[in-house]
Amino acid sequence: MVARFVRGQPLGAAGAVVVLVLIVVALLAPRLAPHGPKETGFATYVAPSREFPMGTDQVGRDVLSRIIWGARLSLYVGLVSVVFGISLGALWGVVTAYVGGATDTGSQRVVDCLMALPPIILALSLMAALGQSVNNVILSLVILLTPTAVRTVRSVALGVAATPFIEAAEASGASRTRVVFRHLIPNCLASYIVLVTTNISYAIVVEASLSFIGAGAPPDEPSWGGMLAQGIQALETAPWMVFFPGLAISLAVFGLNLLGDSIRDLTDPRLRGGLG
Amino acid sequence: MSTYVLRRLALFVPTLIGASILIFVLMRLVPGDIAEILVYQTGSESSAVQAKQIQQIRRELGLERPIATQYLDWIAGAARGDFGQSYVQRRPVADILRERFPRSMELAGLTLLLAVVWAIPLGVISAVRQNRPVDYLARLVSLSGLSLPLFFTGALILYGLVRLFHWLPPLEFVSFREDPVENLKQLIWPALAQAYYISAPITRLTRSQMLEVVRQDYVRTARAKGLAERVVIYRHALRNSLLPVVTFIGWWGGRLLGGLVIMEIIFVVPGMGSALVQAVSQRDYPTVQAMVFVMALVFLAVNLAIDLLYAWLDPHIRYA
Repeated sequence: MVARFVRGQPLGAAGAVVVLVLIVVALLAPRLAPHGPKETGFATYVAPSREFPMGTDQVGRDVLSRIIWGARLSLYVGLVSVVFGISLGALWGVVTAYVGGATDTGSQRVVDCLMALPPIILALSLMAALGQSVNNVILSLVILLTPTAVRTVRSVALGVAATPFIEAAEASGASRTRVVFRHLIPNCLASYIVLVTTNISYAIVVEASLSFIGAGAPPDEPSWGGMLAQGIQALETAPWMVFFPGLAISLAVFGLNLLGDSIRDLTDPRLRGGLG
Repeated sequence: MSTYVLRRLALFVPTLIGASILIFVLMRLVPGDIAEILVYQTGSESSAVQAKQIQQIRRELGLERPIATQYLDWIAGAARGDFGQSYVQRRPVADILRERFPRSMELAGLTLLLAVVWAIPLGVISAVRQNRPVDYLARLVSLSGLSLPLFFTGALILYGLVRLFHWLPPLEFVSFREDPVENLKQLIWPALAQAYYISAPITRLTRSQMLEVVRQDYVRTARAKGLAERVVIYRHALRNSLLPVVTFIGWWGGRLLGGLVIMEIIFVVPGMGSALVQAVSQRDYPTVQAMVFVMALVFLAVNLAIDLLYAWLDPHIRYA
């Protein structure tokens, strides 16, 4: 199966390798990082050298260590927020599609309102209201991701709900809960998986963007976006503070996009074949 | 068709109001209001005196009234174009908007122009030469555009400009009317970085649409009757693949006003986004509400226009 995936989706396989590395780095951060992510006290603005392969920052922290710990933060925020946000949205979408009527219309209007606000602005306002912490970044992302999932999954669920086998289930006396959980949700799983895989990279970028504008995780947390923002302040003296975090995010997002793309292709038979 | 138009129009206002309520309530949930900030900034007095001052400022600004009353007041003003006074800048928010809105709109327009000029031809070439090296290259370029976060491309461009030309973003904004060259010099870089980012999905969509259309019978007919390949591709295939692309560009365009925040910060463009970020941190509610309101208004208006355009352009979509 692995060999077939590599042959059929070479770019997807490359993406999978990147994602795997990201996961390993995130899991083994305490062992891999030479120093703590918040450990200060080294000389400030040391250029990349043997001792500090990626240099040090404005308060004398090891950039490499912060990048490694940053992988953990990014992946944690990305995964948790996407799993919660997309699941919540999917459930909401399925239920409202099935119940229909005023509930459905009302929920659609709520989704409209949420989606009318620019995502980064909504996240920024949420963070201002909630206070800056890693968990609040996750909560804001959940609120950001839910409406998208409602939209997509609702339209899929509407299609499924109109098929005869749902009618048959109802006729044979299945309760509404049973129809939703046993019949509708399993049939919406493909779009759920695609939503999850394609949104992790988005969540990671939004997390980094929030940190970049100073509204994400607290500044001493090793967020790649926050590190990059601090780097821009010292762009001429310490460009490594911008390059390495930027590369880390780009690589992670690139890998996740490649993987997500090929997973989407695999679930859509029309797109099968060709380079994912 | 006319019922569709009416229903679509009827959705516009409630959504806008809903979105503005959302942001209004959200801003009221922010801990520490403007009164506290103002008092604690100056404060060396005893806490009793400070508490009194806070009460007084809240009363002056009408912050102690029920939130529903505050909202109704605000929306009634907004409908007349009066967005209240900025707490921090101590001038009408409408003035701030009048100053900032055109700048962000110009940046957004420039971005879209650059993105379209580059992305659509790239998508066409990629489709016409499917699975050839050019196609792979185009797809790699567009996928990396999607993967490089905006603040990184922006930072790289800024670094290049600083190192190569010792160029720093000017601290004073020059409007297009004052000096077009200076103005473009400042805006072209953020526009390029943002355009690279949004051109990626446009290229991909153009490519996949073209791939579908060039397999249609009428394209074969066009070829069979001996039309030049250029004519077949640009007159027949491209025209028919552009509809979803245009929708998508419109959707992105509507979003852009809020999406420019990061570019405005990096390249020191005093537009709406940077004003908004500042206003949020200063708890300047009236400014935040007005900015977000205008962003939502533009987004909804653009979407409405696209939907209507779509219904008009595409007769076989029947909206009952």
